[in-house]
Amino acid sequence: MLDVLIFATLNGLVTGLLLFMLASGLTLIFSMMGVLNFAHASFYMLGAYFAYSLSLYFGFWTGLIFAPLIVGVLGALVERYGLRRVHQAGHVAELVFTFGLAFLIEEAVQFFWGRDTKSYQSPDVLNFALFTLFGQEFSAYRGFMIAISVGIFIGLYYVLTRSRVGIIIQAAITHPNTVANLGHNVPLIFMGVFGVGTALAGVAGVIAGPVLTTFPGMATVLGSIVFVIVVIGGLGSLAGAFIASLLIGLLQSFAIASDVGMEDLLDLFGISFPYDHALADLWGLTLPQVAPILPFLLLVLVLIFRPTGLMGKREE
Amino acid sequence: MVILQTLVKKFGIWVAYLAVLLLLPQLFDSILAISIYNQMAIAIVFALSYNMLLGQGGMLSFGHAVYFGMGGFLGVHTLLMIENESVYFSVMWVPFIGGLFGLLCALFIGSFSTRKAGTVFAMISLGIGELIAASSLIFVDFFGGEAGISGDRTFGPTFFGVDFAQNIQIYYLAAIWTFIATIFMYLFTQTPAGRMANAVRDNPIRAEFIGYSARRVRFISFCAAGLFAGVAGGLFALNYEFITEENLNAATSGRVLLMAYIGGLGYFIGPIIGAVLLTLMNTLLSTYTDLWLLYLGILFLLTVMFLPRGFAGFIMMHQVAWLRGRLTSLIKPYLITGLPALVFLLGVVTLIELIHTEDETLSIWGLSLTPASVPTWIVLIAITGAAFYGIRRSLPQLREAWHAANKPDGEGN
Amino acid sequence: MTVPNITRMHETNMTSTRRFSLHTFLLVALFGLSGVAAAQDPIKIAFIDPLSGSFASIGNSGLKQLQFAAEYFYNSKGGVLGGRKLEIVPLDNKQSPTDTQIQFRRAVSEDIRIIFQGNSSAVANTLNATISRHNRRNPGQEVLQINYSAVDPILTEEECSFWHFRFDAHAIMKLNTLTDYIAMNPDIKKVYVIGQDYSFGHVVADNSVRLLKEKRPDIEIVGTEFHPIGQVKDFTPYVTKIVSSGADAVITGNYGADMVSLAKSIIDSGLNVPIYTFYAVYDGITATLGEGGKDRIFLVHNETSNPIPTEERKQFLRAFKAENPNFDVTQPRIINALQMVVAAIEKTKSTDPYDIALALEDMRFTNLSGEEMWMRGTDHQIFQSLHISMHTDEGIEFDADNSGYGLRTIFNVPAEETVVPTSCKMDRPRR
Repeated sequence: MLDVLIFATLNGLVTGLLLFMLASGLTLIFSMMGVLNFAHASFYMLGAYFAYSLSLYFGFWTGLIFAPLIVGVLGALVERYGLRRVHQAGHVAELVFTFGLAFLIEEAVQFFWGRDTKSYQSPDVLNFALFTLFGQEFSAYRGFMIAISVGIFIGLYYVLTRSRVGIIIQAAITHPNTVANLGHNVPLIFMGVFGVGTALAGVAGVIAGPVLTTFPGMATVLGSIVFVIVVIGGLGSLAGAFIASLLIGLLQSFAIASDVGMEDLLDLFGISFPYDHALADLWGLTLPQVAPILPFLLLVLVLIFRPTGLMGKREE
Repeated sequence: MVILQTLVKKFGIWVAYLAVLLLLPQLFDSILAISIYNQMAIAIVFALSYNMLLGQGGMLSFGHAVYFGMGGFLGVHTLLMIENESVYFSVMWVPFIGGLFGLLCALFIGSFSTRKAGTVFAMISLGIGELIAASSLIFVDFFGGEAGISGDRTFGPTFFGVDFAQNIQIYYLAAIWTFIATIFMYLFTQTPAGRMANAVRDNPIRAEFIGYSARRVRFISFCAAGLFAGVAGGLFALNYEFITEENLNAATSGRVLLMAYIGGLGYFIGPIIGAVLLTLMNTLLSTYTDLWLLYLGILFLLTVMFLPRGFAGFIMMHQVAWLRGRLTSLIKPYLITGLPALVFLLGVVTLIELIHTEDETLSIWGLSLTPASVPTWIVLIAITGAAFYGIRRSLPQLREAWHAANKPDGEGN
Repeated sequence: MTVPNITRMHETNMTSTRRFSLHTFLLVALFGLSGVAAAQDPIKIAFIDPLSGSFASIGNSGLKQLQFAAEYFYNSKGGVLGGRKLEIVPLDNKQSPTDTQIQFRRAVSEDIRIIFQGNSSAVANTLNATISRHNRRNPGQEVLQINYSAVDPILTEEECSFWHFRFDAHAIMKLNTLTDYIAMNPDIKKVYVIGQDYSFGHVVADNSVRLLKEKRPDIEIVGTEFHPIGQVKDFTPYVTKIVSSGADAVITGNYGADMVSLAKSIIDSGLNVPIYTFYAVYDGITATLGEGGKDRIFLVHNETSNPIPTEERKQFLRAFKAENPNFDVTQPRIINALQMVVAAIEKTKSTDPYDIALALEDMRFTNLSGEEMWMRGTDHQIFQSLHISMHTDEGIEFDADNSGYGLRTIFNVPAEETVVPTSCKMDRPRR
């Protein structure tokens, strides 16, 4: 029992922190520009693919450094030449644009890299077991993933709250016109933030690629979950995104690890149903089976009862 | 005489629409053509229903396929019930049943999801869509699991001897239903509810000030959209006699968004254009190239960036010039820019296909090109580059001609 | 001109006349035949499988194999039925049942009567229903369904159809072999079954449990787990459960990305148990598994892998690789299916699906590997020998994904022992 608990927590932590890396970039972009970047997970995918290609020739670490940079530059270009144009047409148009972008990036990845799964491997130096508990190893690579995620969060926090750039960005979030009047180049800041946001997604891709497999569908698989997190955490709140990411990561991990089902719940009330009952599908449900749809259930509930999310600051 | 003239003006376009729908099979009647017409009919109704939400109501939904799929599922179940004689009526009514079920689902889901508009509404629709699509794989009895459910439309009472075994018979039925659905959706836009939907889209606060509950208006639009999406689902059930989870998932929702947007949201006819265009791309273009999805993505993105009012919007942009009778003055400028644009387009497509091909030679536009030969690349890039340059050079004259054509009468030339 | 000896001249004349007639006849016949050959229509075969979208690599690979086989065996040697070439028409269905319908109608509109399809039992099921309806409503324009890979038993049981032929051993047959192999290993006492949450995954789970109970009642099934297809990104939580259950073997029917992720998670967690699979090879999976999966991953499949038993097959593999260096012959059953269909065509001298179907029923055929295959007439299910192979880099002459790793066959079950009964009661059309 204890081993399941410990590993479920560790697994949930790894997933949650990875999700947060994606959600943090998305939140930053949303806070900045009010646009929910549908294509955010696509930049994550691009990060993984660029890192894969780089790692083939130059090794994993080169990929780790340069792939996010490439993705960030691409993101900035998208903002400058694509999003900015559509911005005047309103939020709906922006959402549709990013939706189209996500679609296009997925096709482009298949065009340039092919449709099969890529063999993107984690670096050999991290291929050992950090520790072994109850017969299961916890690989050093996963520890590395946790370390990077935490490091980025701390770095982000310090940059936003302690550095000059960060303070300007915070001001531009709430008072863009004033900031512009003070002589700062607000469009440049927007472009920079979009680039940094997508670069963050790229980093997530670089480190998740070996673990979650690099294939053209990897953006769709994570994309919706990241939206759920950002909305549950509260649109525009980094702390909220952090809490929501961990919440979802742990929730899924524990749901899968458990063996609880509807039957157990019904037993509590002393009800039992025969196996060929019309709603047998519903009563036979187990928690591991529904684990993947739990985030969406949570999303719908939060949006009904608390539309601003857990810690939402900016309401649409 | 005047009565006749007004009648023609008012109803002419509808008669023409019905005529086109019914006479299409006379144009091409191969099995493939009938199959394409059927798909178009379903897509038209679906895209028009989506436009009620987005174009007229301003509500961006990523989960509209749910009502389409639900309508379809009940449609196939109805076919099964007709087959084992639990109910006895003609399969002609299946789209109606689908519509009712779509309405029911929309009533339920709309009760809590239409409270807010904008991004929140979009997110709720996404969440619900994913939730239902995922649940459909769990509730195997109603949804049939991965393989979905199949039915047979040849049972039940026949309609003047027609048992709907042949696809062409289904097409005529679908054409009638499409016509009826289009009329009703158009009429909806003329009702107070439809008009208020536009108002709420543009300025919800002002709408509230004149006494309408924005929320209630959105709810009505939502239910109406769900109704017609269900009708489209019923048509799908009749045409293919089966339905799966894939017909209510996010990808299908995405596709109808694409259709409506490319066609043009602000105009009633826009989604019809989008539906026809996308169906043709899906069926015909995909036979020529594997990369048609890539082209679709590029087309969509370009439409969002440069033609935000869609193809219908592009056509309607010329309305002013047409009313002033100066449309013909635009033909030559269009040709001057259009020719290099066409060459540029062909060049880019050829380059993309050439990069992608793994064969020794690529047959395209009746030519046979070799990827291995460097001169081919140089020539292609040169042509494409020249065409691009040609576009840039010729744009100013197009712009001038456009301004001239749109200038109000009475101003000096 | 002198007057020749009449008798001899008569003889010579007759001979030369006869010779002349013979020559003329031959010439006319030759021209006539080649004229006829030139005017021969190709025999069209549709290949409806995913050629774009997430499952495209499997579909494209299958298409290459079918096209190559058609060229290698028939078209390069003059064709079939006296000169008719085989034309493979690829139709992309994106593994979507809806698109399959559309492509089916296109095939019918182009007068294609034979359809190859294999990916996803769900698609195969809908195609089966559609073809049955179509054939019933359009007598004389029937279409034949050659299923080369969809292994849900239902297609040769409740949903069996005269017009459907399956060229792969179905899931229960494969599980029989797999469980036989597991039963032979006395070290395995606890087995964990994990699979995708749909009909095929459930079939694998239910029958693994049942068969193991029959063969080794002492083996304890310590868990049966289902996960949604294509949605699980990280299998580590599932692996945690496997570890804590104390399992010493894992059975799974997973394919594609689900298979890679599962195997990688097991390897990464240091869980050193053998994994018994259906599809853990090719299309990038072998390359990704690499050394971490060496000697631990087993597959049940038809057609022996390394060592390849016949020179004939080796030549075929080499020829294929030479023309398609980035592809492997991942599904020899496609080639078997093509060969048997053509054999049926040659036998009945007809391309009418009804005649082909009759000829295929109970056909016995020796394939490239020298094995005898038998298409049972009752349910249109193929029987051939089944094998268990291991993912390794030792003794691999023909590798997978150009990775140096591949399959080595370690256990064989002859065809007769794979036969299982069927409940199929087919409606047979009368002509």
